[in-house]
Amino acid sequence: MTSHLPILIVVIPLVAAIMTPLVARMNVRAAQVLDTGVCLTVFLCATTALLRVLDTGPWHYELGGWAPPWGIEYVIDPLSAGMAMLVSFVATLVSIYADAQRRQLPEGRSGLFDSLFLLLVAGLLGIVVAGDMFNLYVFLEVASLAAYGLLSTGGTRAVVATFRYLLLGTIAASFYLLGVGYLYAMTGTLNMADLTTHVPTIVGTAPFGVAVTFIVLGLAIKMAVFPLHAWQPDAYAYAPAAVTGFMAAVMSKVSAYALFRILYFVLRAEGAAAQIISVMGWVAIAGAVAGSVMALAQTDVRRMLAYSSVSQMGFILFGFSLLNPDALTGALLHIVNHAVMKGCLFLAVGVIVWRTRAVTVNGFSGMSQRLPWTSAVFTLAALSMIGLPPTAGFFSKWYLLRGAVDASAWAFVATLVFSSLLSAVYFFRLIERMYFFTPSDEGVRRARLFEVPIGMLGPVVTLGAAVLLLGLLSHPIVVTVVRAALPEL
Amino acid sequence: MDRPLLVILVSLVAAVLIRLVGNRPVLRETCTFVAAVTKFGLVVSMVPVVLQDGVVESVPIGLVIGSPLHFRVDALGLLFALVASGLWLVTSVYSVGYMRADNSPNQTGYFASFAVCLSATMGIAFAGNLPTFFVFYEILTLATYPLVVHNRTEAAVAGGRKYLVYTLLAGQALLVAVIWSSVLAPGAEFRAGGFLPADAGTAVLLPLFLFFIIGVGVKAAIMPLHGWLPAAMVAPTPVSALLHAVAVVKAGVFGVLRVVGYVFGVDLFRTIGGAGLLAVAAVVTILVASIRALGETNLKRRLAYSTIGQLSYVVLGAAIGSVAALAGAMFYLVAHAFMKITLFFAAGAIHIEKHRNKVSELRGMAQEMPVTMAAFAVGASGLAGIPLFVGFIGKWNLGLGALDAGYPLFVFVLVTSGLLNVMYFYPILYDGFFRPPDHNNGNAGAGRVGRLSREARWTMSMPLAVTAIVTILLGLAPDLGFQFYQLAWSAATTVVSAGGEPGLP
Repeated sequence: MTSHLPILIVVIPLVAAIMTPLVARMNVRAAQVLDTGVCLTVFLCATTALLRVLDTGPWHYELGGWAPPWGIEYVIDPLSAGMAMLVSFVATLVSIYADAQRRQLPEGRSGLFDSLFLLLVAGLLGIVVAGDMFNLYVFLEVASLAAYGLLSTGGTRAVVATFRYLLLGTIAASFYLLGVGYLYAMTGTLNMADLTTHVPTIVGTAPFGVAVTFIVLGLAIKMAVFPLHAWQPDAYAYAPAAVTGFMAAVMSKVSAYALFRILYFVLRAEGAAAQIISVMGWVAIAGAVAGSVMALAQTDVRRMLAYSSVSQMGFILFGFSLLNPDALTGALLHIVNHAVMKGCLFLAVGVIVWRTRAVTVNGFSGMSQRLPWTSAVFTLAALSMIGLPPTAGFFSKWYLLRGAVDASAWAFVATLVFSSLLSAVYFFRLIERMYFFTPSDEGVRRARLFEVPIGMLGPVVTLGAAVLLLGLLSHPIVVTVVRAALPEL
Repeated sequence: MDRPLLVILVSLVAAVLIRLVGNRPVLRETCTFVAAVTKFGLVVSMVPVVLQDGVVESVPIGLVIGSPLHFRVDALGLLFALVASGLWLVTSVYSVGYMRADNSPNQTGYFASFAVCLSATMGIAFAGNLPTFFVFYEILTLATYPLVVHNRTEAAVAGGRKYLVYTLLAGQALLVAVIWSSVLAPGAEFRAGGFLPADAGTAVLLPLFLFFIIGVGVKAAIMPLHGWLPAAMVAPTPVSALLHAVAVVKAGVFGVLRVVGYVFGVDLFRTIGGAGLLAVAAVVTILVASIRALGETNLKRRLAYSTIGQLSYVVLGAAIGSVAALAGAMFYLVAHAFMKITLFFAAGAIHIEKHRNKVSELRGMAQEMPVTMAAFAVGASGLAGIPLFVGFIGKWNLGLGALDAGYPLFVFVLVTSGLLNVMYFYPILYDGFFRPPDHNNGNAGAGRVGRLSREARWTMSMPLAVTAIVTILLGLAPDLGFQFYQLAWSAATTVVSAGGEPGLP
């Protein structure tokens, strides 16, 4: 079995996605258990794969025994295995957490919700392990279509927001496909490794530049990079918390991963790719500042978090744009750290909304008295977002800043510092209210050990613990996984 | 297991236990005392080792690439740790008395945060490299915040906000400085005489120095970075006493000493022009803060401005950079801690027993609370630099160091500051000792009725008597017990001798 791990990572959730509606017809509970079980299995598969590739190097899996470049190839290296672990870890927790969301669906639709969720997971995992440009597109669309369906379950406003995302997302996917088309027309290959060998011959040509531009633009929309982020705040604000939590955590990160994989591994950061990378740096600076400023202006906490993601995505993009190992380490580490902390924040807010209906900054007043555990975890994740030690966020910020100082990119040093301070303002504004203000309305419950169902609180607390552990264990993670995942520059 | 790590962990574990024990006062406070005694014992046990071998090192743990989490206890670090951990023990007794008398809510959070603060302080004292220093510096910032806003009033929240604005800004400046240093000199390990390469040039090193000074200067309350300290006086008095007179602000001046002596080195620091800048800032702070203290009518705020002025004695010593000046500065770090904590303890006792907070309300106080006022007199006299009290020894060395380095002007500044101290403390003593009580005092409400001549309860009067006695004893025999004076001189000598020709610019 273990020799087929790369394909199992994708096939297990894909098959399960088809099965869950059928299982749910017979027993809703069983479908949910299946959902969680599948995610957990994939997580274990990804962990095993990571341990193997750290030991023996990249693992090329040929589908059906057809050798590349004609056959389809899946590639597991430390980078993709790490991403697969991240996706399946968050998916496992969210599948448990989503229980409350499923209950709000119309009778009999819970199985479909699970099916879409597993499709999304399968799509994201497919993007991660794909060793082929076109396969990546297919999985990108699988993930996107599933995401549209999930986002729209949040009611009327969610439907409108999702439709907007659908339009932009489709444009993004088409851009990507166009770019791949150009590359295919020039080289006659779609296999990533094969394409890399052809890059030196086409790197100076105009179509190469066009191709790279289309691919980068397409993925930038998916990542919600400023100024292509317009779809994101609404989509995140009105969707069910479980969906938002999952998408904010991993979906944009997987797109960031795809961008990183293509720019650095496939195109080797040469020619037009290098030019685009340097432009990306300035876009990233603008995004990091604009996202924080917009976040400051929000009264709805979910929109605030969404804009904060725009800002953080700027950090990641900037790390990509500096061609030095420290900055890349920071960017990759931030992909993981931000996924965990932002997922944690969105799920915590989901708990608060579910329990108290409070969505505005003012509504959070006195929340620590009503939901002490959730408030504590929210605070921890917020400190990590600001980048304070010993939480995870500090360490990715450290490497990003070190890379920037090393490259004498003072504009970015200033941006990172400024943006961190703004995030300190908008998070401490909330923390202050949660802990030191009196609750805004009546009905304060006495603190109990479990303020909400354990199925909701458990995932939130686990993510909170992960925020702390990713910080405390940052050094071994960086040394063993992140450094191994860096491209050779 | 290595002792530096254990010293840090012991109060961290205590913080977790305090949280778990929750609202059971006796158990909760037992955790605090056990941790405080263990911590102090461990720190004291390192004194002979450091005096003999120079350092106690811990095994490095992974932190970031290039710089592990590394503790290295040298004379300066041990000096700071001794004061902070010793006074934590004393303050814990006082805290119990104060918080119970005040019937303060959320004491579990209070004692837990206090324990975390002390862990962070020890981490700062023992840090062997800049990244380790930074991590604990930021943890201290965060752990202090809940203590500042402890009373949950609007003023407390506003004070906490101001505190955060200053300290988080400083934290970012320090982060840039730390990273920059670690790029210039990989590893960024503290070394007596400095580790930064001189060939980096003034154009790089002077901006770097400014980032450092903003970073540590906020906690050291160097003007104009001092605004948070008077605002933070809304915290309960034990917090003001230990954190805003000993742990947090001393972490700032300790940072200044580390940056000057162990990052740049006194020579490089002088070459790039940092010494002049820092000296000017220190002199301005000493004089302006003392004058501001004259105008404050609230006792705690007056003490806060006094602290701002006194902290800059240490900064001035670092700026002068001769052996005697550095030794004086390091010793003053200890001296000021004992004197100022005595004053805060006294102010807190008066607040709890008599509900008086203003300077003008203290007439005849010595008749009502003789022990408290006697201790106050000891602390005030020490700060004024009167011989036979501990403050004089630090000041004397600072003055000697200034003359050594050829700056008699600084002696004049120290004398002026001493006079100003007399001017803002002695009227209080005069009121307290030589004028009759004023019974028409508007603010002296319920607490006064029926116990006119009552001294503070023993949990509060005992700690303040202890620190007052130590103030006198150390003034007579500065090496008594823990070799503070010897540690200070040993640290100063290594810094200067490693940096080149001793003393003179």
